[in-house]
Amino acid sequence: MISKTKIAATAVTFALLSGPALADGELNIYNWGNYTSPELLKKFEETYNVKVTVTDYDANDTALAKIKAGGHGFDIVVPSHNYVPIFIQEGLLLETKPNQMENFKHVDPQWVDVDFDPGRNYTVPWQWGTTGITVNRKAYQGDINTWAILFDTPAELKGKVNVVPEMSDVIAGGLAYLGFSTNCNGNKEELKQVRDLLLKAKPDWISMDYGNVEKYAKEDLMAGLNWNGASLRARLQNSNIEYGYPKEGIAVWMDNVSVLADAKNVENAKLFQNFIMDPQNAAMISDFAQYANGILGSGEFIQNKDFATAPEIVMPEGQKTFIMPACPPEVTELYTAIWTELTK
Amino acid sequence: MARAHFDVKKQTGFTTIALFCFVMLYAPILTLVVYSFNAGTSIAIWEGFSWRWYESAFANEQVQDAAIRSVIIASFAAFVSTIVATMAALATTRTRPFTGITFIFASINQPLMVPEIVTGVALLIFFAIIKIETGYTGLAYLLIAHTAFCIPFAYLPIRARLENMDLSLERAAADLYATPWRTFRYVTLPLLWPGILAGGMLAFVISLDDVVITELVKSAGQDTLPTYMLGQMRRIMTPEMNAISTVFLAISILMVTVFFLLNRKKS
Amino acid sequence: MAANATVKSAPPATSAAEAAAAFERRDTRNRWLLSAPALAILFFASIGPLGIVVVYSFLTKGGYGGVEWKFSTDAWASVFFTRDIFDDTLGFADAHLSIFWRSLRLSFLTTLLALVVGFPTAYFIATRPEKTRALWLFLITIPFWTNLLIRTFAIMEVIRNEGIVNSILIGLGIIDQPLQIMFTDTAVMLGLLYVYLPLMVLPLYASMERIDFRLVEAGYDLYANRLQVLRRVILPLVKPGVIAGSILVFIPSLGAYVTPRVLGGGRNMMLGNLIELQFGQGRNWPLGSALSITLMVVVMVALLFYVKNAGKSGVRHG
Repeated sequence: MISKTKIAATAVTFALLSGPALADGELNIYNWGNYTSPELLKKFEETYNVKVTVTDYDANDTALAKIKAGGHGFDIVVPSHNYVPIFIQEGLLLETKPNQMENFKHVDPQWVDVDFDPGRNYTVPWQWGTTGITVNRKAYQGDINTWAILFDTPAELKGKVNVVPEMSDVIAGGLAYLGFSTNCNGNKEELKQVRDLLLKAKPDWISMDYGNVEKYAKEDLMAGLNWNGASLRARLQNSNIEYGYPKEGIAVWMDNVSVLADAKNVENAKLFQNFIMDPQNAAMISDFAQYANGILGSGEFIQNKDFATAPEIVMPEGQKTFIMPACPPEVTELYTAIWTELTK
Repeated sequence: MARAHFDVKKQTGFTTIALFCFVMLYAPILTLVVYSFNAGTSIAIWEGFSWRWYESAFANEQVQDAAIRSVIIASFAAFVSTIVATMAALATTRTRPFTGITFIFASINQPLMVPEIVTGVALLIFFAIIKIETGYTGLAYLLIAHTAFCIPFAYLPIRARLENMDLSLERAAADLYATPWRTFRYVTLPLLWPGILAGGMLAFVISLDDVVITELVKSAGQDTLPTYMLGQMRRIMTPEMNAISTVFLAISILMVTVFFLLNRKKS
Repeated sequence: MAANATVKSAPPATSAAEAAAAFERRDTRNRWLLSAPALAILFFASIGPLGIVVVYSFLTKGGYGGVEWKFSTDAWASVFFTRDIFDDTLGFADAHLSIFWRSLRLSFLTTLLALVVGFPTAYFIATRPEKTRALWLFLITIPFWTNLLIRTFAIMEVIRNEGIVNSILIGLGIIDQPLQIMFTDTAVMLGLLYVYLPLMVLPLYASMERIDFRLVEAGYDLYANRLQVLRRVILPLVKPGVIAGSILVFIPSLGAYVTPRVLGGGRNMMLGNLIELQFGQGRNWPLGSALSITLMVVVMVALLFYVKNAGKSGVRHG
């Protein structure tokens, strides 16, 4: 009797939830949570008569592990720049040649010949941003354009600093501050200095956490390592907040739309890649998630005019930047050891 | 005689602690509900009253699908895990040690003993093989995974209930030539009911809250409310989540009220 | 015929023993059959797949997550020992040990706190009139219909510097500087307590609900005071509930992940975070596997020991 009930319940559940698997045109997007504009998807669905489903992830590593395991049913994934070479090397991406697509001409030339996908044979820009420093001006009036805010914390900010728990961003910041190479630096002498720097700085930090727009706005935190978009949102809730671009160099990141090698709806996925390179559509992406998109001419379509000129989005002229590449295993191992020691 | 109004059930301070406990449970919930009506985009800075987040939640199909999916998975997992846990609890209590009882006990409690991420990774790899072999990527994987980790949560309260249950009534029933099934149905089950209720409620809540295993097992288009929420944690949280939570609360309170009123009428 | 006669004439003592043995075998078989559905589900969707984790702990880590199919004991070595990345000396993995210790301490304190708060609460519910008990029980679980993450953020509202607790205390003039609760171990403990309290209250209630209060009355008649009645009469009766509740709070606390991060600020890892790091950014799946097996073994041994001992003393009281 029990097993009958079970079977019946299962059957009912399947009937309810196996979903529109038989719909004609479909596209399954696997993207960061709260990152995909519903208006953009609606427009795509109406233009091409395709049913789009979005599923969320919250970390590059989760996405990589799931896609590597297989059997997931996704067509498109949006990895960060430093994960793109890993996806390509593991044979997980389809070479869709976006560089030969109709709308490719709109891509900002500085985002075409990138190290992680030279000439853009696989990926299309989604959004990009920087990992810099957020400071509440009420607490500190000095120079905020330096990593010293985190690593030689001024007395006013001691015990009020948050550091986003992104291992490679934090270590890269330390490397940049000490004037070393940030390019997956595996030099032990230099890393040792970085470790000592981090261990010395940690007592001045109050937390190492994500999700901190609220904490900055409510002044639980007065400064910290932060993404530009998050800093912008915090400023909109608390006008004392400012975003600093470290003069020692700031990390630039980009998330990229890629088609999976085992995608079932390859044609629709390619259509989507081409679709989002249209400036009007790219503007919808930025309007929703408030990061820059790397498509020329999208600025005029962006509804939120303040956004286009916000100091968090427009980088100062001549700002020193670096892009963290995917690091080889032996370097990751060194970074993990430092990180474990830092957070034990 | 001086003890005429003496209440044997009373223990000094217990009521105070219990009431304090309820206040502490509901204080955060209250702030959560208040901010669901926030006119601003923040879950912590009040900018006036508005229904905008309820409107946005009702317009957001992804959230609605996720909410319905969460409830279906939790109901299924709670139902099945409570039944099998009850059977297992009956088998492993009130008995001399028999061959394998330790093994059964350890197996049933195993999901408690490893962090979710580990079970999640193991299931990811194992289910991926089945998904590739069979081509089936439906909801069954999530249903069975949730049922499995809910079993110990249902089992332990039921077992605790059984352990101090009086055997004499069941013996009496058996002496009166009741069949084992009738004895179970009319004697054991009613006595066991509070344990089953507690176990089932725990299982439901645990399933409703799960994020790590779900995140790793789900296929395309199978977000639940917690996995949808997880994506927001790293980016931005708006009072939309508060609005959804408040709706959930309202539904549960409504259910409780109906349940309570029905119970009152019956007796 | 002859054979039959032999059986019949067998000494009655033996046949009784045989019957008892047969009954015992049948009883054991029935008990296994009753447990079978639960075991089948668990082996398919939890225990079986964990075999993969055991295998992984003996493989070489893949460059970008995952594993390479080459046998290696590196992962197990690095659970306990660590080669200093700078001067290459071998030493105890004190980082891992201190994280283990921290997690144990916090989980233990959380369990204790949950017991102190949960016991009176369960008692309170169990002593309500029968018809309202289910209502009180629901009241305990209703907060958990909201999502863990949103609940954790709601707790922040209560304990932050300008939060409810500090405002009340300052308003009453008890303190004049806000207490820094956020980002401390206290915050983690309060958060865990909040999250896991129903796991303590429900099993306690389940075992308390049928307490025969005539026993309690008898205790008083024998001139025991309230504390003595609590300790000598009530506590032994609800022991199974205390055990179940403690297990349900203690073990999940050990692997907690969200609460230490959001409320504790994530500056200091707990076990859950350490293992997550290996499967995530650290990309060392074999080490993550070995760490989790270590945790599982420690917990299982402790659990069996605890249940066996508690069971014995339970029999003595019961």
